[in-house]
Amino acid sequence: MKKKKKLKASKMFLYAVLIIFALMTLYPFLWMVSASFKPLREIVGGQISLFSKNMSLDNYKYIFGRSSLFPRWFLNSFMVSLIGTAVNLIINSMAGYSLARLNYPGRDKIYYGLIALMMVPGQVLLIPNYLIVQKLHMLNHFSSLIIPAAANIGHIFMMRQFFINFPRDIEEAASIDGLGRYGVFFRVCIPLARPVIATQAVFIFMGFWNEFTKPMLYIKTETKYTLTLGLQTFSSRDAGTMWNQVMAATCITVLPIIIIYLIFNKFFLVSVRMDGEK
Amino acid sequence: MTKRQKYSKRARREHRQGYLFITPAIIITGIFIALSVFFIIYLSFHKVNLFKDEYNFIGIKNYKRLFTDETTRVAFKNTIMFSLVVVPVQTFLALIIASVLNSNIKGKTMFRTIYFLPTLTSSSALTLIFMFIFNVNGPVNALLLKMGILQSGVNFLSNPSFALKVIMAMNIWSTIPYYMTLYIANLQDLPTNLYEAASIDGAGPIRIFFSIILPYLKPMTTYVLLTGIIGTLQMFDQAYIFSNGSGGPANSTLTVSLLIYRYAFGTQNAMGFAATLAIVLAILIFTVSMLAQKANKAESLY
Repeated sequence: MKKKKKLKASKMFLYAVLIIFALMTLYPFLWMVSASFKPLREIVGGQISLFSKNMSLDNYKYIFGRSSLFPRWFLNSFMVSLIGTAVNLIINSMAGYSLARLNYPGRDKIYYGLIALMMVPGQVLLIPNYLIVQKLHMLNHFSSLIIPAAANIGHIFMMRQFFINFPRDIEEAASIDGLGRYGVFFRVCIPLARPVIATQAVFIFMGFWNEFTKPMLYIKTETKYTLTLGLQTFSSRDAGTMWNQVMAATCITVLPIIIIYLIFNKFFLVSVRMDGEK
Repeated sequence: MTKRQKYSKRARREHRQGYLFITPAIIITGIFIALSVFFIIYLSFHKVNLFKDEYNFIGIKNYKRLFTDETTRVAFKNTIMFSLVVVPVQTFLALIIASVLNSNIKGKTMFRTIYFLPTLTSSSALTLIFMFIFNVNGPVNALLLKMGILQSGVNFLSNPSFALKVIMAMNIWSTIPYYMTLYIANLQDLPTNLYEAASIDGAGPIRIFFSIILPYLKPMTTYVLLTGIIGTLQMFDQAYIFSNGSGGPANSTLTVSLLIYRYAFGTQNAMGFAATLAIVLAILIFTVSMLAQKANKAESLY
């Protein structure tokens, strides 16, 4: 009896910890949503209430208005992320398959080479990548956002791991049925790799969508900005920051990824497990 | 024997296919990683004039400048400070929350879903949200004033003694969920009969935490620490957005990565020196990673 009471108390404590942390996590997001519906004078007026009777869609109307570049940036981000993800999936899965299933001289050297390259810190690449992008005349083109990130070594290894464990009989059966190597790969292996490809797709898309440094360095024309870059122009406009509009824009930026997350929740956890088991 | 004779026709076809499948990946990583590494080493021995596209060899002058450049010292100090505060705190909190979530409670999925939100959000958006809630008229100030903790509003964004701390808080807050998820994944593989047995033997939850869970999570902790160190030493986006690229107020948010950017693309036009800084940063990251791995190996011998 006494033990039960003690257990209950300790459980209450655990819940308290979790709830406090959940509130801390949500606090900035709640403010983002709240401010995006409020007029500016109210959110800089020292109010601490999340709700007010002056809430409206005005800020959203403004950022999607005719003079605003925001819809354009949204589209840019979406296109770059979509194409970047597609290209990545093709290159990564082909490379992973090659490393796992095909025998050729130098394969192990390539594998170890990729491991070495994976350890290079990103900041080392900042300057040389800029100069290479410039030499290739890709500055201020969307290609500069996609091509340097068109392959991902971590994801290549994830695909390799998948194909190593992939049952060989399926491939053999398919090739007896008359499919060539390419047919086997594209019509048998890829469809069966769907779960692992979906997991990757979610993360790659998120990577492109959230990328800041590349567009900041490579894209100069305002109409070609991506969302992450465009957001910054809202905040650094003259006459003080229009926090209400910034927060509305931020909301719209965050929303697609949260929707993807809620749909593909289980893939997120799978991938984390794969990374974690290094 | 030549290569042509050594392999059968079928094997040679497989070679061709193998190379074909890996070539795109090799081209991309070859140019944008491998070539870039050689390129940056080359740059570090040169004075670069971007506008005239001139590269003049200047020997180790850039490396000598490391020891005299005052801004470099400040940037390294800020970055190391940042790493020293953020990494232990984020690891500790991630570990605690993961252990709590792993215990027998209801609503796990809901908590995990909420906790994951910051991981999904771009640093660009997160930084703006934090700048908003910490601005002089923002909710945090309003809350602190109302609670009587502050007498007058503090401008967290433009006060040099607060700016870096706000970024630290943001970084800790936004990275905990990812590491927590790693810990949870790891904990799910821990055989439950292990702590059931301990519990039958009379060990309390705290005892179980220290003598079973913590040792079990050690390899993961090394991984979390390493990832944390590598990430924090390269912190760029948040400082850039926070200070609009300047590292201000009064260089208080100037990190090494931001300084690399400033020297390479700012008005100083010192790309060669920026390359040198990047190399030093990489060496620092490698050294710390090696030390952390060695430390873990040495301990696991017991």
